[in-house]
Amino acid sequence: MKIKITINEKDKIFEVEPSEYLLDVLRRNNYTSVRRGCDNTSCGVCTVLLDDKPVPSCSLLALKANGHRITTVEGIQEEAHKIGLYFGNEGADQCGYCNPSMALTVYSLKLENPKANEQEIKEYLVGNLCRCTGYVAQHEAIKKYLGDQS
Amino acid sequence: MKVVNHRTPSVDGLGIMKGRKAYTDDFAEKDSLIIKVLRSPHAFAKIKTIDDESAKALDGIEMILTYKDFKRNAFTRAGQGYPEPSPHDKFVLDEYVRYVGDEVLAVVGTSDDICQKAMDLIKVEYEVLEPVLDFEKALDHKVLVHPEDDIHEMFDIGFDPKRNKAASYHMEIGDVKKVLDSCKYTISETFYTQAQAHVMLEPHTVNARIDYQERLVLYSSTQTPFHIRRIISQALEIPLSKIRVIKPRVGGGFGGKQAIHGEMLVAYVTYITGKASKMVYTRKEVFESSYTRHPMKLEISLGADEKGMLKAIDAHVLSDTGAYGEHALTVYMVAGSKVLPLYNKVDAVRFYGDVVYTNHTPAGAYRGYGAIQGNFALESAVDILCKKMKMDPIKFRELNMMKEKETSPIFAIMGEGTEGTAMNMETCKLEECVSRGKELIHWDDIYPHIDDGDKIRSVGMAIAMQGSGIPLIDMGSASIKLNDDGFYNLMVGATEIGQGSDTVLSQIAAEVLKTSVDKVIIYSSDTDLTPFDVGAYASSTTFVSGNAVYRAADELKSMMLKEVARIFECDKDDIDFDGERFYYKDKKISLIDFSNEITYSEAQKQLQATSSYVGPKSPPPFMAGFVEVEFDKETAEMKVLNYVSVVDCGTTINPMLAKGQVDGAIVQGLGMAMFEDVKYSKNGKLISGDMLNYKIPTRLDIKKLTTEFVDSYEESGPFGAKSVGEIGIDTPPAAIANAVENAFGIRIKSLPITAEKILNKKWEIENEKK
Amino acid sequence: MNVNEYVVVENIDQAYQLFNQNKKNQIIAGGAWLKLSVKEVNKLISLDDLSLNYIKTNDKSVEIGALTSLREVEMNDVVNEIDHGILSTAISQIMGVSIRNLATIGGSIMGRFSFSDIIPVLLVLDCQLYFHNRGEMTINEFITSKGLDRDILTYIKINKSTGQSYFKKISHTALDFSMLNVAITFDGSFRIAIGSQPGMAMLCEQTMAFLNQQNDISEDVIEQAVSIALTELKLSSNIRASKAYREVLAKTYIKRGLRQVIK
Ligand SMILES: Cc1cc2nc3c(=O)[nH]c(=O)nc-3n(C[C@H](O)[C@H](O)[C@H](O)COP(=O)(O)OP(=O)(O)OC[C@H]3O[C@@H](n4cnc5c(N)ncnc54)[C@H](O)[C@@H]3O)c2cc1C
Repeated sequence: MKIKITINEKDKIFEVEPSEYLLDVLRRNNYTSVRRGCDNTSCGVCTVLLDDKPVPSCSLLALKANGHRITTVEGIQEEAHKIGLYFGNEGADQCGYCNPSMALTVYSLKLENPKANEQEIKEYLVGNLCRCTGYVAQHEAIKKYLGDQS
Repeated sequence: MKVVNHRTPSVDGLGIMKGRKAYTDDFAEKDSLIIKVLRSPHAFAKIKTIDDESAKALDGIEMILTYKDFKRNAFTRAGQGYPEPSPHDKFVLDEYVRYVGDEVLAVVGTSDDICQKAMDLIKVEYEVLEPVLDFEKALDHKVLVHPEDDIHEMFDIGFDPKRNKAASYHMEIGDVKKVLDSCKYTISETFYTQAQAHVMLEPHTVNARIDYQERLVLYSSTQTPFHIRRIISQALEIPLSKIRVIKPRVGGGFGGKQAIHGEMLVAYVTYITGKASKMVYTRKEVFESSYTRHPMKLEISLGADEKGMLKAIDAHVLSDTGAYGEHALTVYMVAGSKVLPLYNKVDAVRFYGDVVYTNHTPAGAYRGYGAIQGNFALESAVDILCKKMKMDPIKFRELNMMKEKETSPIFAIMGEGTEGTAMNMETCKLEECVSRGKELIHWDDIYPHIDDGDKIRSVGMAIAMQGSGIPLIDMGSASIKLNDDGFYNLMVGATEIGQGSDTVLSQIAAEVLKTSVDKVIIYSSDTDLTPFDVGAYASSTTFVSGNAVYRAADELKSMMLKEVARIFECDKDDIDFDGERFYYKDKKISLIDFSNEITYSEAQKQLQATSSYVGPKSPPPFMAGFVEVEFDKETAEMKVLNYVSVVDCGTTINPMLAKGQVDGAIVQGLGMAMFEDVKYSKNGKLISGDMLNYKIPTRLDIKKLTTEFVDSYEESGPFGAKSVGEIGIDTPPAAIANAVENAFGIRIKSLPITAEKILNKKWEIENEKK
Repeated sequence: MNVNEYVVVENIDQAYQLFNQNKKNQIIAGGAWLKLSVKEVNKLISLDDLSLNYIKTNDKSVEIGALTSLREVEMNDVVNEIDHGILSTAISQIMGVSIRNLATIGGSIMGRFSFSDIIPVLLVLDCQLYFHNRGEMTINEFITSKGLDRDILTYIKINKSTGQSYFKKISHTALDFSMLNVAITFDGSFRIAIGSQPGMAMLCEQTMAFLNQQNDISEDVIEQAVSIALTELKLSSNIRASKAYREVLAKTYIKRGLRQVIK
């Protein structure tokens, strides 16, 4: 079946199988920043924005995305660059496998709640697991990033 | 120092945040063959027949590989130096399957889908065998996990498969029994530690292609590219010179990617077919078919005199290596060698026991590597002894623990799989770690606990040590070259896996060359292009590879000075170099001009230096961990309010990244201490085989981490550094157990320590009183 | 999940017919749980074009379309006012924001998850469910009936009550399933539901009846209520907690919940 998705503001048409998930379709089509982690929505690594809201692409059937807008980190390069600087300055990046999904989620937090406090940051990002950092440096980075944007 | 000991952002963080291609699967060839493994549904079975005719006939199926396709070359997946201290007890594919999830056969096809269809069509008939699932009953069990005769050890590690023994070990200093008998206070306790899963977020991933020189090129998410190349060559009999292993960015390892996983099958398929192929483990495979931390049973006896001096430690340890013996002996020995020297003033110490095979998912390397198991037991036992002696546990430690300039005879006796090397603690700031930690956690205000009505708050602590590489075994090397325009390439075999080694090693080179990190372009871990390094394990990279980088950079500097001396017509020692310019009296030349000249115009040559390092010793980092826990009095639910870590890792090359290592390890350690648990059904099937049922700490579970480093300078390390990758994980289990004791007077001796376990124990005690 | 065909239906009748044509035809809402629970699907029936994604309110009640995402329900101002926002509180503790953007309220009911943090809350809110064929039934009727015909949930309705409420989820980590959860509301009368027993959530009807007869809710009465609850609950063991520990949790948190709602 064919689906039409607007990815990072470009209209794309993909041929997909009814059983395929968005994650597989994106990776197959060279959007390699979207990565596979746990395969059951438990880790957050495969997050993309669907109509500006974070969703786990590993569990969103590609056909359900038909007609919608998808944003991957390639679509928010400037913002990701900024977030990356804050992460770098706090030593909040380690293996980095989850970082593009983290950038997308932080960006969407900024859209929804630009003044989020630490507890709200934690609640918003709790679905984005990290096995490397122990989280503390990430929260510092995100707090500073949000603080400097408003 | 201008670069070292500064908070330098990672050299690669921005590109990674922006989603650049970086990880193994990002580089897979577009039309790679997909390899899927059919895995055993039985804990132990012999394959009787395989009917794969209709699967083979499917359109899109390239081949189906069974044990019959491989020559029987026993090897170990462990990913260690050579000869390995792990038994060669594994075949690429075998007639026997030894745990639920073990490899039965491999299906190779054009898509995931078609491979899945093929697997559904294949009929395997098994002779189901009785499995060995209780590691306490494995030794001399009537069932042998490895009945085959064509497996072997590389040197004496106590391997005895006819008794289900993968390895065994015994050492004794002094006469433990005699000393214990003479002690005023003694305790004997048994502790259990569970299997823990690594849960790195990137699954095990590998892909291969044949390049235009007809060589096999693997991209692999591995911690040990050079070992992988060697093991593939040996097991598949492909000449080493025909194999190139490239390690791109790795999405977390924690020891889980030290061993070889899909590499063998991917290498074989591409080598045989000439076609690109790939494997990405499903999360289920990561849990079920890679490996876990070794579960252990540790029986500890301690004896102290009337003054509170520890006199003897006796440790009888049993370890479960699961179906294969990867790291069986070495993890086992580290449970002693990187724990027992903490109390170096004893008259006698013994450490002995076996590592047994069972029909569970194999165990292997995992951050902490035995030390966390040993630490939980010993540091719990110390608090138990203190309670018996009515002695303050911190006073006890201050009296008995390792101090600077001291040593322990254990260092000479116990290495990793072999004898050790004697060493003095040139740096050991444990005293500062303990006193600073005590302050930061407000120990004196809280110890043992504060009753807040519905809640009770308590503190607990433990001390720990680790190593910095394996002395006389781990080798790291580095090449550095000067380019025109005055910047450098640094090539290292050291393996960046997210711990920040590319950044830290660049900092070391930049410091030596008095330049900034952006002028040092690092490239790591490519068996064709970078010099040898054992890989990322044993807390070796900063110390071992860092020393190699230091030497290489220093050598390059002296090559540059020699050339400048030729230009200036002076002695090289009289030249000043500030990183940007060379000066001699009124002469000066910029690095840029010099590098352009030597590249293009005058006495042209490439300046490049290569250096290696093998540690003659392994200076241990030390730390004290303190935890403040709030318990619900009725339900015993726990909240970790604060975890204080005060660490002596020598100079922190990058204080920010060092803190990241400690913070991350503390949280992994807390997971192990409080809820992470690899669980099996009674038939040996993994129950916790996905991230719904195996839980790691989330950001909402972490309240506060307080991490500090004490001033310390280790002469033998690069710019004074020791290691910091593993040490953080060791203390949480014992610190939590001690905090539970300090809150309720209840001692939990098995991990994980859940609220439910605390209440059960409480009820048990109440029932005994009745 | 292996899907033969994906059908976006044009009207609900069509969905209903397809659904009942073949046992292997399935409805997809968010699809998050479907992925984990179903291997083979013949026709996957998408309701995406039926405009079932809405929250409507009037003076008395809130109506939520079955395809409304959990996140939209959680963030809705009106839902946030019902009994002190107990539904929002419960939803906010389920996994992360991204899965709550995908998962729907309809799927959360029709999945009949025994670990559900939502069903206990809907029980105390006495939520009404509206099915295409069967019509109206309460959530309690729905979860206590066995062998219901295959039907399509179109929307749910919750009365706008402004009582006190209490919700507690006890879990090993913030992303784990509940070991137990407790939902209580009080607006003159008490409603109590316990979920993740680990079996299906239930209303504690005897406990409620007992409490609703009392004039004064003393500590004594609370203690009695707790012991009644323990006799009517069907607590048992699974890998997350034992029966004995669940009893401690139920006892503790029903007590604390009652104390809080009468404050
Ligand atoms: C990893 C994970 C963890 C979770 N953890 C929790 C938790 O801790 N607590 C909690 O309460 N919940 C939890 N959930 C459940 C989640 O909140 C949703 O309830 C679940 O995903 C179902 O919603 P969905 O929209 O994805 O439904 P789907 O997966 O699309 O559907 C679920 C079932 O309902 C049927 N269905 C859906 N809509 C209708 C309809 N309108 N009419 C008839 N049948 C219908 C489907 O056919 C299917 O059988 C978890 C889910 C996942 C995947």
